[in-house]
Amino acid sequence: MPPEMLLLAALDGLAYGSLIFLVAVGLSLIFGVLGVLNVAHGSFYAIGAYVAAAGVLALTGMGLPPWLAFPFFIVAAVLVGVIVGGLVETLLLRRIYGKEEVLQLLVTFAVFMILEDAQKVVFGVQPYFANAPMNWLGTIEVFGIFYTQYQLILIPTVALLVLVGLRLFLRRTAFGRAIVAVTQDRDAATAMGIDATRVYLITFIIGASLAALGGALSSATTSLTPGIGSGMIVLSFAVAATAGLGRIEGAAVAALLIGLGRSVAVYFAPEFDVLIPYLIMVAVLLIKPEGLFTTVQTRKV
Amino acid sequence: MARQLIIGAGLLAALIIFPLLSPWSTVILTVALCEGLAALGILVLLRAGQVSFGHGLYFAFSAYVVAFMAAARFGHEVLILVPVATAASGLLAALVGLFVVRYRAIFFGMLNLAISMVFFSLLEKLFSITGGADGKRVPRPTLAGISLERAEFELWIFYITLGLAVLAALGVARYLLSPGGKALEAIKSNETRLEYLGVSSRKVLFGAYVLSGLLAGLGGAVIALVSGHVTPELAYWVRSGEFVFIAILGGVGGVVGPFLGALMFQIIRGYAAVYAPETWHAVLGVMLLVIIFFAPNGLYGLMTGRKPAGTGQ
Amino acid sequence: MSALILEARDLELRFGGVQAANGASLKVHANERIAIIGPNGAGKTTFINLCTGYLKPQAGRVFFGGSDITALSPRAITRLGVGRSFQIPQLFLENTVIENLLLALSARERTWSPFLRLDRHPKTEEMWALLDIVGLKDAGRRVVRELPEGMRKLIDIAVALALEPKLIFMDEPTSGVSSHEKFQVMDTLTRALDARATTAIFVEHDMDVVARYASRVAVWAGGRIAHEGTPDEILNHPEVRETVIGVGV
Repeated sequence: MPPEMLLLAALDGLAYGSLIFLVAVGLSLIFGVLGVLNVAHGSFYAIGAYVAAAGVLALTGMGLPPWLAFPFFIVAAVLVGVIVGGLVETLLLRRIYGKEEVLQLLVTFAVFMILEDAQKVVFGVQPYFANAPMNWLGTIEVFGIFYTQYQLILIPTVALLVLVGLRLFLRRTAFGRAIVAVTQDRDAATAMGIDATRVYLITFIIGASLAALGGALSSATTSLTPGIGSGMIVLSFAVAATAGLGRIEGAAVAALLIGLGRSVAVYFAPEFDVLIPYLIMVAVLLIKPEGLFTTVQTRKV
Repeated sequence: MARQLIIGAGLLAALIIFPLLSPWSTVILTVALCEGLAALGILVLLRAGQVSFGHGLYFAFSAYVVAFMAAARFGHEVLILVPVATAASGLLAALVGLFVVRYRAIFFGMLNLAISMVFFSLLEKLFSITGGADGKRVPRPTLAGISLERAEFELWIFYITLGLAVLAALGVARYLLSPGGKALEAIKSNETRLEYLGVSSRKVLFGAYVLSGLLAGLGGAVIALVSGHVTPELAYWVRSGEFVFIAILGGVGGVVGPFLGALMFQIIRGYAAVYAPETWHAVLGVMLLVIIFFAPNGLYGLMTGRKPAGTGQ
Repeated sequence: MSALILEARDLELRFGGVQAANGASLKVHANERIAIIGPNGAGKTTFINLCTGYLKPQAGRVFFGGSDITALSPRAITRLGVGRSFQIPQLFLENTVIENLLLALSARERTWSPFLRLDRHPKTEEMWALLDIVGLKDAGRRVVRELPEGMRKLIDIAVALALEPKLIFMDEPTSGVSSHEKFQVMDTLTRALDARATTAIFVEHDMDVVARYASRVAVWAGGRIAHEGTPDEILNHPEVRETVIGVGV
């Protein structure tokens, strides 16, 4: 196999892994704090992508400079997180904390079905393609291969910032510590005066915003069609499960692993690229059923 | 129990008579029975407190087995196609089951979803073998050696499916009352005690999983026959979600539930096609939420007046 | 002395900075009635968890009937003939008492035919006899969820007995029973154990029960069996009286 193809695959994997990290870390964070696996998480990704693409198309249509897209991506992600995520948490999830896991899965699955159709109604079924931000950043030459700066530098940088930012937020800020406290022992945290309801809401909004940010960033690199959300939920679950649900740094490692595995497959066995992430997940789970980075749980009886 | 028999017998009588009065309904009712069978498989798993968002896999796998055999003119006969395809689904379920029965709740549900999505993608991508997104045509096979006209064929298939569905429902009902069925429920209520009885919860769940794969496979085989065409959509998550929806809508309190749910599902689909063609899954989502929050025992629960489980104070 | 049937040898377990077991050793002989006493939260349940496979020791071994069972699952250990009732009863809450017991009997008899109805199980008579041992025949048709904790604890014991274990661990068997009924429950329970030649290890806080029903007493302190002896020796041991029973000499 030619070495430049391997390099190309590695760079692709870096970009792709960074993108799925953003989505998976949100899923993992929500699970870690709320104990709910949010099946509708893929929808937040898709909605973020559509809002971003529609915004960029509107911006460029008005003749505004394409760099405005970057601040807009952040605004779009936060808006999606606060409005859609906030509504889902307050109206529905709040009623099912502490219930059977299966019931929680069913409720978020119902939300998923609703949001998938809502996207089609709002954004239509025609493909969206808004690559102006990617073109604006130009390309970079690495060992004789031209690569877009957007995918090679911007997306991995954002992912790294999110990883470091989340770590600092959870360890250094009062609210971050409150989140960690609620995760470890909700009753004790509540007794200490922490408002668990608020912690849940804000965590959910952060998680949803991260998925939407992943979507927004992806919107410049690919054309958007209905159904991207469903692919992303299983993919981000594969990443989160490989890492161990609730593991933030682990999600970064797993995302890179799966991203690289998949890009290698894209170059060498394109029919089977979709299989690779799941093969990696299955292999990991067979050896470590709780994921790569999860520690042993304590006794219940 | 008596009430279950009355509701079941009433439903059966209606199903026997209806296609005779209105021939246009034959195919729709057959489809409902097929989806009811798959939902019955979901019910079995729900008894253990597990939900699969990926049983479209077995539905589609069986349908494609029928399509491939029919295309190869190999055993082009209903009485061969249906058992072989169903058994093939059972085998696939046994293979996948070896892996997924190690997991519960979130992992169980999501791993099933992931595996079915992989299968869906392969069906779409391996164009040269599967025909890609266009799928494959299923030429009409013989029935007991006789080549039938379309209308006759459909009517016969309907009654055969109805018979199989009745057998499946009675079999599942019997199983759920047996020690093994109670052990299956024990996975939901207290797996620790089950292990401390010396019972392997994985084995119990494995049996139930293979049964659910067989039921979905039976439904999928018949769907391939009556629609004359298979597409990857049969394995898509939407399909799997519909089975879960039907099971919850019908209620998991009795084996009649999934079939009630499947009939209601066809009615909803009919209305949605007219009034909400673009948003019909959103309609399902909203209904699912309404059932979960306000009628947790589904239609069957409403008809038998069963109180929600867990509130029996 | 009769045959050695269970031996725990130097069990070690540490989690989250807590030394839950620290060189715990115990030898159990056939037909003994061993009471484990010790302060609340000292890890007596952990010791049972280690012996029945729910937790794996980081060091040390457990032998049952001469074979090493340290690495076995609770399921495998149960099948070898070790039964267990729990501090918090582990039952199938949505099922009736009858169903709970019949399922245990099905597990013992391996009657898994899908054509057999659980409520027509051939061992139904034995099921009623088991309920009689714990004095709960009247509650048979009720759903476990509706029953008070004390009754659940007794059903939990009956479920463990249904497996006809050679050795049974009971975690505070009488904690849910009112004090004037304790002796009555323990009397029938002991008779049932005698009739089945079942060896028993039970965690107990009531020293009257210990004095009357234990053949030997083991004191759990500091993650191991700190003292062993007859009820007389232990209950009059000055150090034990002070630290465990809470009565100064």
